Amino acid sequence: MDNQNKLWRIALYGVLLYAAVYYLLPLYVMVTTSVKSMDEIRAGNLIALPMSITFDAWSKAWSSACTGVDCGGLSGYFWNSVKMVIPAVLISTSLGAINGYVLSKWRFRGSELTFALILFGVFIPFQVVLLPMAQTLGWFGLARSVAGLIFVHVVFGIASTTLFFRNYYVGIPDELIKAARLDGAGFWRIFFKVVLPMSTPIVMVVLIWQFTQIWNDFLFGVVFSSGDSQPITVGLNNLANTSTSVKEYNVDMAAAIIAALPTIVVYVLAGKYFVRGLTAGAVKG
Amino acid sequence: MTQFNGPAQYGFAERWLPRLVLAPSFLLTLVFIYGFIAWNGYLSFTASRLLPNYEWVGLAQYETLFANERAWVAVKNLFIFGSLFIGGGMAMGILLAVFLDQKIRGEGVLRTIYLYPMALSFIVTGTAWKWMLNPGLGLEKLVHDWGFTSFTFDWLVNPDMSIYTVVIAGIWQSSGFVMALFLAGLRGIDDSIIKAAQIDGATLPRIYWRIVLPALRPVFFSTLMILAHIAIKSFDLVMALTGGGPGFSSDVPATFMYASAFTRGQMGVGAASAMMMLATVAAIVVPYLYSELRGSRHG
Repeated sequence: MDNQNKLWRIALYGVLLYAAVYYLLPLYVMVTTSVKSMDEIRAGNLIALPMSITFDAWSKAWSSACTGVDCGGLSGYFWNSVKMVIPAVLISTSLGAINGYVLSKWRFRGSELTFALILFGVFIPFQVVLLPMAQTLGWFGLARSVAGLIFVHVVFGIASTTLFFRNYYVGIPDELIKAARLDGAGFWRIFFKVVLPMSTPIVMVVLIWQFTQIWNDFLFGVVFSSGDSQPITVGLNNLANTSTSVKEYNVDMAAAIIAALPTIVVYVLAGKYFVRGLTAGAVKG
Repeated sequence: MTQFNGPAQYGFAERWLPRLVLAPSFLLTLVFIYGFIAWNGYLSFTASRLLPNYEWVGLAQYETLFANERAWVAVKNLFIFGSLFIGGGMAMGILLAVFLDQKIRGEGVLRTIYLYPMALSFIVTGTAWKWMLNPGLGLEKLVHDWGFTSFTFDWLVNPDMSIYTVVIAGIWQSSGFVMALFLAGLRGIDDSIIKAAQIDGATLPRIYWRIVLPALRPVFFSTLMILAHIAIKSFDLVMALTGGGPGFSSDVPATFMYASAFTRGQMGVGAASAMMMLATVAAIVVPYLYSELRGSRHG
């Protein structure tokens, strides 16, 4: 029994470590490839350690790689994404918090229906709004601009941020709100003095969730922006699929890491909240 | 219900303030989701090509769509990709969750490793796998260097196999997510049930198969929903990994819609294909949401 148990534990750890290697291998390959020279890549193989480390591919990916006709690297795209993600995340999160507060603590006739209508927005395939949105952004003069992208991300982010906050606030006892009301506090005072101070975990979850979603978005970026307003994901895709010159895999990998770095950093620093967001997003209703 | 205040206790402002606060989001949803779905639906019945053209043509765009070989390739690919992606991701995620639940040393580190791909953009994933799977210098060369010189791996450029590279990268990115969902579910199961079964002499695999996993049915269904949803929407991964190619062999509905509407000047067909995607998602999501909402109300 004991021996069999030991064997089982060894097999268990074996499988788990093997899986860890499977998940880490692509990251390892990306990092090592990005610091090799092309000569070394051609001479060696996928998992060979770099013989000499060079950051040429990184500087090229950042400032001089070609992404189609223009050859300015990813830096411009990167800053576009920064300019887009900060306002979009803050606005959509604030709206979600307020909506969630109303939909859980200030229900009125029709508020459940409103919630159901908003909720459906989490599920729709965005393909179905692309054409009308492209036209509308044109009318507003927001076509092909970072401002237009911010608007799109806010509008289509409301559904999930509202859902997150609403589900969290349902768990706050109604008695608390009642007590605050008896003390004479009104709608806003209760929100800012009672509800918001209890919201740190959910605010973290939603900020991180929205940041990851918007930073990683490609569909809206590729459809609603062009030229100097495109986000990093579009830049990376252009760079990796530019077929004008010899394929430079080290530059591709450096570029991929640059595009991934912000969300990876967030994941490493606040992984707890990221995981909570993923699992909370899964259990809807 | 949780409405604890009669209207009498509300002031006029407080009665209207919640509605007023909710109004902008409600209007945005109404216009930009429901209005746009209707608008897109209308476009799918018009002669729009490069530009919107509101001449009514009835079902002509749908006929064009259903007669289009490329559209059927996209549908077939969605089935292949969807079933393998869901099946593979599910199997792997459940296995890892059950294994991680055995009081493993270093569980936190392993969990972090399994889940990090989920923080990446599909574009990053696609770019990375495109390099690893490329026939010239990638996996193929590695295996050659190990001495197996007859090994070929050309799925990325082989029209018959290209969609399977999307499956590989998709499972890599999403299986950790399945693991996290099931692990959270497993942690919610009462330990004493497992202990009692063990005392009765049941083996561990049997306990999991007969008792624990059936108890996780709700987790199973919501995971299934999410993965199906990711599969139907998948666009970025295909664009970055294969670009729908070679030719259009790895097209999926989302890339087909994009190509029709934005690069090939067939807006009407694009709008029609988007409506079909919406119908597919609705067919899956509406019954699920209905049962979820009803369940939470009664239970």
